[in-house]
Amino acid sequence: MSTTAHDHAHGHEGHAHHKQSFVSRWLMSTNHKDIGTLYITAAFIGACVGGVLSMIMRLQLMYPHNNIVTSGTEWNAIITAHGLIMIFWFVMPALIGGMGNWFVPIMIGAPDMAFPRLNNMSFWFLVAGFVFVMLGLFLGSGTGAGWTLYPPLDNAEYSPGIATDFSLFSIHLVGISSLLGAINFIATILNMRAPGMTMHKMPLFCWAILVTAFLLVLAIPVLAGAVTMLIMDRNFGTSFFEPSGGGDPVLFQHLFWFFGHPEVYIMILPAFGIISHVVSTFSKKPIFGYLGMAYAMVIIGFVGFVVWAHHMFVSAISTDSKIYFEVATLVIAVPTGIKVFSWIATMWGGSIEFKTPMLWAVGFIFLFVIGGATGVVLANASLDQELHNDYFLIAHFHYVLSMGAAFAIFAGFYYWIGKMAGHQYPEFWGKVHFWTFFIGVNLTFFPMHFLGLAGMPRRYPDYADAFAGWNYVSSVGAIISGLSSLVFFYVLYCVFTSKEKLADNYWGEGATTLEWAIPSPAPQHTFEDVPVIR
Amino acid sequence: MKRSVVSALGAAGLLVLFGHIALAQAATPDPTAAANSYVNAPFNWEMWFPAAGSPMQARIDWLMQYVLWIMAGVVGFVGILMLYVIVRYRASRNPKPSQVTHNTLIEVIWIVVPVLILAVIIVPSINLIYYQADDSNPYMTVTVTGHQWYWEYNYNSVPGLDYTSYMIPDDQIKPGELRRLSVDHPMVLPVGEKIKFVITSGDVLHGFYLPSLGVQKYAIPGTTLTSWTTITKPGTYFGQCNQICGLDHDAMPIEIKAVPLADYIAWTKAALATYTDNTVPAVPLSSPMPRNQLADATR
Repeated sequence: MSTTAHDHAHGHEGHAHHKQSFVSRWLMSTNHKDIGTLYITAAFIGACVGGVLSMIMRLQLMYPHNNIVTSGTEWNAIITAHGLIMIFWFVMPALIGGMGNWFVPIMIGAPDMAFPRLNNMSFWFLVAGFVFVMLGLFLGSGTGAGWTLYPPLDNAEYSPGIATDFSLFSIHLVGISSLLGAINFIATILNMRAPGMTMHKMPLFCWAILVTAFLLVLAIPVLAGAVTMLIMDRNFGTSFFEPSGGGDPVLFQHLFWFFGHPEVYIMILPAFGIISHVVSTFSKKPIFGYLGMAYAMVIIGFVGFVVWAHHMFVSAISTDSKIYFEVATLVIAVPTGIKVFSWIATMWGGSIEFKTPMLWAVGFIFLFVIGGATGVVLANASLDQELHNDYFLIAHFHYVLSMGAAFAIFAGFYYWIGKMAGHQYPEFWGKVHFWTFFIGVNLTFFPMHFLGLAGMPRRYPDYADAFAGWNYVSSVGAIISGLSSLVFFYVLYCVFTSKEKLADNYWGEGATTLEWAIPSPAPQHTFEDVPVIR
Repeated sequence: MKRSVVSALGAAGLLVLFGHIALAQAATPDPTAAANSYVNAPFNWEMWFPAAGSPMQARIDWLMQYVLWIMAGVVGFVGILMLYVIVRYRASRNPKPSQVTHNTLIEVIWIVVPVLILAVIIVPSINLIYYQADDSNPYMTVTVTGHQWYWEYNYNSVPGLDYTSYMIPDDQIKPGELRRLSVDHPMVLPVGEKIKFVITSGDVLHGFYLPSLGVQKYAIPGTTLTSWTTITKPGTYFGQCNQICGLDHDAMPIEIKAVPLADYIAWTKAALATYTDNTVPAVPLSSPMPRNQLADATR
């Protein structure tokens, strides 16, 4: 991404008021596009680190009794870092901080975010958090409690050493980052829409980011409280979660999932927003059922807050609570169904061009439906007694994250890279990237359903020999996905070495939001005159 | 001539030796032998649940098929719709896009139909939740305690029967044992009787997970959770720890030998007599666990 920086700073940057030095532009940035670029760069680094960790995991699991990971401690540190990094330093910065920062102000016709300095601070907290989570991986024996950080495993007795403290503080740092970013988005979207841009005319991506921001503001403080209590238990002799002192490990599970379930929607709602734009653009049709789409996200966000204990069906939970949480969870399938059917209805009657972003979007819709279907299965508390924490669950959440969120990130990348970098991606290699990744991830995660049904638990570095077959297939799939990422690196190389100029609206009639009314690449400062909508 | 006599004597000697071994085995019958005839273990390329070892698992299996077929129908329906849209409305075939963005009837249908589908799923699912929660009137209760990294089984109805169960390390696996599944002292249970598990932990969280019996609960320090099963057929059943518990999380499997009631009672007597050290060894939690040295009455 640094090449973009170069282009922006010294290239055809007609609108820039003055040339900034590298340091003042990138280290002290208050420009939403530059901060968005920084976020996307950080997400790219996070994805590479998290991806390397997942490659190590799949290579270890390729054969039973394998020795690539040398100890259970090392294994646990790797899986913990993989989970934390992929969620907090890949998916969230890519979707919210990256694409949200880049396109929400443009789409609503605002000159920048409401609080540009807060925006900068939010980004650097993310970087500080990344340093801490890497220290948590590498210092001593690492943090080995899993990304859910359940006590007592991560208390001072069972996880001595400073690594776990670093990981816990990294959650604080990234939490502050998300919280400040969310406040900024809410203020921007509610106050800085251009004249005529009413809430009900606002693009769906902005709706998605708005709902996501509210989820963050309500959920992150609960996580921060829980993590603070863990830090207190570890270092200051409190016993919030210590049974011996009258505390309760189950309390942490409640607090964690009160954050953790909205977090699931924090990761997928912005993806929904991107998919809506891509589907509409390449079908050359306005989105079907716009209001239903917007309010479906509001409902998903709202109900997403009252279903958290479905992560605790085999923990300490009463029978009646199980029934409530099962029913509430299943209710979410209805607004999600509205979204899926509305996307298909948008395509229906359209004139669809299958450019690379559309391939990712169509892939997203189908694979997300598979992940949603297994989600409905897992929502049944009675079935969760069999499926909880086994590989069926791993398959489910990778279908909605590794295929759902990641496919949407790639859809957004291919859709907007011309607007962000000023150069188009190579269509052929974009399609090669899509198909190799599609085959790779399906081969990786579909067999995991079978492993789960057969009873293989998660977070095992070594497994019974009977699980060898499907694990081998899964690892082969992971290698294909890994090679596919190399294709993506080549796509990046092509984009940043391209000399080709792009039109303002390079997708044509289907692309109707405001970012297509400004030049490609977007000038440093957009909307010096306030645009008026219709 | 002389050579043939020697070989005949040798053969006779071997016969005596083997006969002696056979006699010795007959003298101390293994009360859990009945469990060896049927082994319910995962197998390679398995694509479905283990064969149901309990009525609970049979019901879970039925509900899973029910829900999964419904969801497969939903996925199939969406897949067909998408395929149709992709083929019929590609730019080359449909150059002029329609601009329809509303259709109230279809929007109502795609809210009402999913609600009905969910209702059809919820009813049997809730029935099964109540069934799973009903641990009343058990024939016997076993208190299961998870430790880093072994299980402890305390038979509440057999005073003094409280022993530990460790995984057989990979380098000590003998023929007939399953790597990462077999243990030194399996839990022995009677078939056909309702068994209640009271599950807790001595240190961190663990997961007491028996996929072939449809049982799974966290083991949580400071509290107890309950579950139950009724094993329908004598045999050997396996489970594993299913909640991350530290560096040997993958090395604390559960092995259950289900035998007829009479054999179970004989086993409790043998176990009480031969498990000379029935208490859990007190060792520092962070040190490597010594292998359990109890006499092995189960083999």
